[in-house]
Amino acid sequence: MNLQLRPALVSFVALSVITGLAYPFVITGLSRLVFPRQAGGSLIVKEGQVIGSEWIGQSFTSSKDFWGRPSATVDANGKPLPYNAANSGGSNLAPSNPDLHKAVTERIAALRAADPDTTGPVPVDLVTASGSGLDPHISPAAAAFQVHRVAKARGLDEAKVRDLVTAHIESPQLGVLGEARVNVVKLNLALAALPPQ
Amino acid sequence: MSAAWTQNLLYLALLLGLAFPLGNFMAKVLEGEQTFLSPVLGPLERGLYRLMGIKEDEDMGWKAYAWSITLIKLLGLVAVFVLMKTQAALPLNPEHQGNVATDLSFNTAVSFITNTNWQAYGGESTLSYLTQMLGLTVQNFISAATGIAVLVALIRGITRRSATGLGNAWVDLVRSTLYILLPLSFVFALFLVSQGLIQNFSAYVHTAGGQVLAMGPAASQIAIKMLGTNGGGFFGVNGAHPFENSSPLSNFVQTLSILAISAGLCITFGRMVKDRRQGWALLATMTLIFVGALAVCTQAEAQGNPALTRLGADQVASAVPGLEQPGGNMEGKELRFGPGPSALWATATTAASNGSVNAMHDSFTPLGGLIPMWLMQLGEVVFGGVGSGLYGMLMFALVAVFIAGLMVGRTPEYLGKKVEAFEMKMASIAILLPCAAVLIGTALSVLVANAAASVSNPGPHGFSQILYAWSSASNNNGSAFGGLSVNTPFYNYGLAVAMLLGRFGVFWPVLALAGSLVKKKHTPEGLGTLPTHTPLFIGVLMGVVLLVGALTFIPALALGPVAEHLTLRNLQ
Repeated sequence: MNLQLRPALVSFVALSVITGLAYPFVITGLSRLVFPRQAGGSLIVKEGQVIGSEWIGQSFTSSKDFWGRPSATVDANGKPLPYNAANSGGSNLAPSNPDLHKAVTERIAALRAADPDTTGPVPVDLVTASGSGLDPHISPAAAAFQVHRVAKARGLDEAKVRDLVTAHIESPQLGVLGEARVNVVKLNLALAALPPQ
Repeated sequence: MSAAWTQNLLYLALLLGLAFPLGNFMAKVLEGEQTFLSPVLGPLERGLYRLMGIKEDEDMGWKAYAWSITLIKLLGLVAVFVLMKTQAALPLNPEHQGNVATDLSFNTAVSFITNTNWQAYGGESTLSYLTQMLGLTVQNFISAATGIAVLVALIRGITRRSATGLGNAWVDLVRSTLYILLPLSFVFALFLVSQGLIQNFSAYVHTAGGQVLAMGPAASQIAIKMLGTNGGGFFGVNGAHPFENSSPLSNFVQTLSILAISAGLCITFGRMVKDRRQGWALLATMTLIFVGALAVCTQAEAQGNPALTRLGADQVASAVPGLEQPGGNMEGKELRFGPGPSALWATATTAASNGSVNAMHDSFTPLGGLIPMWLMQLGEVVFGGVGSGLYGMLMFALVAVFIAGLMVGRTPEYLGKKVEAFEMKMASIAILLPCAAVLIGTALSVLVANAAASVSNPGPHGFSQILYAWSSASNNNGSAFGGLSVNTPFYNYGLAVAMLLGRFGVFWPVLALAGSLVKKKHTPEGLGTLPTHTPLFIGVLMGVVLLVGALTFIPALALGPVAEHLTLRNLQ
């Protein structure tokens, strides 16, 4: 059995160097050449400053902005810190957990209070926490639900805001994969860039 | 047809379509034939053998084979443990992650050498880039390659006649890594970067608005994490993190990569035993169980949570232009995937020993969460882990021919090899040991006060969290009902023992069995031989897998997900 020590040690070291160093370094080098933007995190840069990533949602709370999915991420001490992209996490609340029912009740109440004029049903994705806590997307229905509130807060024509939302709807990829969605980060940026009326 | 089922069917078609070319290619590699990669990788392969001081055609008996696999795993255990305990002083640590606690380091090291990849650690908040690469990525490759190696040794045990050798463990290990896992990962990683996965060595990015974006060489690790049915995430939330699983296309191809090699190995098996129908029969058995499980999970998640409907949330899917919404049970799910692809991933990741997640299983509906738990409890033989799934299924095949043999009063045989008392003992150990670890571990956790206090959800779901954790560790899956606080000494050490039992306690008896089979003569097929490629045998095999799983776990499942399901319905 001692005979196997040399091949074990050599193969372990060699495979470590090949798969643990050479492979990730080569992939990093090639990625930087071919897909530099994606490899770096698809960062959004405005006036020389990084203001976010198009894949990572942000916490929007102003009534002038579209709001994203609730986020269950916490800070290093376990206190709630929505959209903390240095510590991803979901709520892990069970469907039967009263805490989930309470949170959803409060979120629905908050949405109703922020916009008493919109009385339609509340899309479920707007009141449930995402898996990562960093979900950049909401459903088109969830965006439509907020159009009236955002238009009013910004003093914009509702049709104009609705058109902007429509322009930001991404279809299921290749026609069948995933869901139709609206990127809240991009939508709010476009909204901020609209000329005031 | 719903959007979810369009994707499910597309998935099945591509999975089965890919299995054939991939399986044939892997058979060539494992039998040492020339492939299109040989001109490039051949010199490297032969150089490695020279350095290791071995010859390609040196055969090993089953003990030497098992010892070799054990030895390289132990080296991995030490390496990952030391890296985690010293990462603060090592390079490639721009975020200055500190050294990791001893119990968590031990748990993580065990988890990665056993192909479990249980995540008691939080990726971006715990590990340096060097630990991720040189520790975890390496084990992603090696633990998958050892799975393939053990499978190949078992196949040789079946095909060789009156022999003693099962092949050379080092050669099988090197070939699996160099010709199968590495090239596939290489192409796959670049594809993933094109879809938005990150791959860099930068420090975390601080945005003008104060958000901190975690960075790192993610794509290269995620490619092998999926292909090697490892499943340990670069980030805390695994495949739900947009940097780990960005677009719906990235999600679809990642889901496909969970089962691709395991499905292909059925074809490899058929080719190596020189009877392709044998491979098809095993593939068909796996596919049938998979489709049944997928149907239940998809339906449960699309229906949503009855409690939320009562509170006024709209969970009905809509395809009206401009008002589209996925509906269904969206707590813990990413919008870009929706309930359908989340259910597909959950089913695939637990059918295999992958254990990655793209949605929080803890927040699945009771029946939607029962499916992943139960698939793990079956021993992950429905496609299963790379190599380990098929050798697990072959154990069930031996039990199936044995039971059928008892019915007609003949010595059972499988592919010309007599199945006798020793083989049945080994197969039983390999099948029952993980089952025992699940139930004993769960029972202990419920009895020990501070272990029971780790649950985060009240009622039957709290029990489900504990049952899920032990099912996952004992079967080397690695997914979790994430609300359970497992970063405690009890769970870190306890689950580590379960993971070791689930890996070493299975591959040692499998190799012992292979060592016994290889010595036997070939028994020609007679009138009383049960053919093992027919629909009848597929039915018997399915029956055995489902019966063992059902008899062992229905009482425990009734206390957890089934009780929760009934409670939730009564809330209405």
